[in-house]
Amino acid sequence: MGIESPTASAYIKHHLQNLTFGQHPDGTLGLAHNAKEAAEMGFWAIHLDTMAVSIALGVLFLWLFRKAAKKVSSDTPSGLQNFVELMVEFVDGSVKETFHGKNKLIAPLALTIFVWVFLMNAMDLVPVDFLPALASFIGVNIFGADPHHVYFKFVPTTDLNATLGMSLSVFALIVYYSIKVKGVSGFVGELTLQPFGKWMIPFNLLLEGVGLLAKPVSLALRLFGNLYAGELIFILIAILPWGLQWALSVPWAIFHILVIVLQAFIFMMLTIVYLSMAHEDH
Amino acid sequence: MNLNLTLLGQAISFAIFVWFCMKYVWPPVIAALEERSKKIADGLEAANRASRDLELAQEQATQTLRESKDQAAEIIEQANKRANQIIDEANEQVIADGKRLREAAQVEIEQDILRAKEALRSQVSVLAFAGAEKILGATIDEKAHSEIVEQLAKEL
Repeated sequence: MGIESPTASAYIKHHLQNLTFGQHPDGTLGLAHNAKEAAEMGFWAIHLDTMAVSIALGVLFLWLFRKAAKKVSSDTPSGLQNFVELMVEFVDGSVKETFHGKNKLIAPLALTIFVWVFLMNAMDLVPVDFLPALASFIGVNIFGADPHHVYFKFVPTTDLNATLGMSLSVFALIVYYSIKVKGVSGFVGELTLQPFGKWMIPFNLLLEGVGLLAKPVSLALRLFGNLYAGELIFILIAILPWGLQWALSVPWAIFHILVIVLQAFIFMMLTIVYLSMAHEDH
Repeated sequence: MNLNLTLLGQAISFAIFVWFCMKYVWPPVIAALEERSKKIADGLEAANRASRDLELAQEQATQTLRESKDQAAEIIEQANKRANQIIDEANEQVIADGKRLREAAQVEIEQDILRAKEALRSQVSVLAFAGAEKILGATIDEKAHSEIVEQLAKEL
């Protein structure tokens, strides 16, 4: 269990709180010491744990792939190059299956989404107390913090900010390519003139507008919901007596191997589908 | 669960990662993949061409073999013909030679006979003189009677 045997609900709450840095209501900058303080910071605060872990994983992904890309050759591949080629071919195949236009961005975008989301999801498989305990150790011993105030939520995709950050970027690309391919009038026409013709413009706009906005929201919430729920169950399992935990956490972790890959794949696939829809002229 | 600046931070990191991937990761890898698939296609085509060439070469070899067999047979036939011709010529030569030799021998034999007759004739005259001497008990004047004897010997 957590630090100094807190109650079960405190333990869960502690695990679900991000390490938030921002401006306190009194004007001083600093870390939020509890959920209430974090909420008071409002929009102008940042989750240090989410940012640190996701950037570290993104850098890991790019470092690994760049290392392979620098030494890539068309002869018999081996080791790392094999793996990187496998991923690239898989993503390239998925993109070519769905998207038939010419676009230099979509395939690398899909690869980045797939691998980055997968790595962030994979943090889910690290036992729930390892990294928070490490963070708490560092926080207490180096920064002299109160262990109750050291929060560390280490699965970035269980933070709605991370998933929404990605899905809104994808949304921006959808709008950008829709306008680029069809022009402003084409895009507006797509939103207003169908499915019922020009006499029903408000109704059409409502229908299509909801459809358009639902894309980023559903993308973000699907990934967030799956991972948040998965992590929550790991935390609940961690409350059990230590001798029993393996009986539940092992099957759940094995099941989650499927979930983390599947969610990364769905996010990637839907991004490709949305962007190819943005390229299609009706 | 607060929506805050993290959202922007994540979007910016995401954009940077995608940009890096698009610029430095994707192009070399996909280029290598395309190059390899081209290599494989070329290799397969080369293999096809090689097998076609092999077939052609085999056909050619068979044809050459057949031609050379025919030629060899022709040469053998010619050689046989020539051999027969040579044998025939040799036979004729031998026959002609034999004939000539036989004729020469014949001539020689005839000459020998003549010579022998001549010798015999001279001997006969001597013998006749000797016999006559014995019979007459006296020496006959050889000169006087030799004409008669020679006449006699000629009749032999």
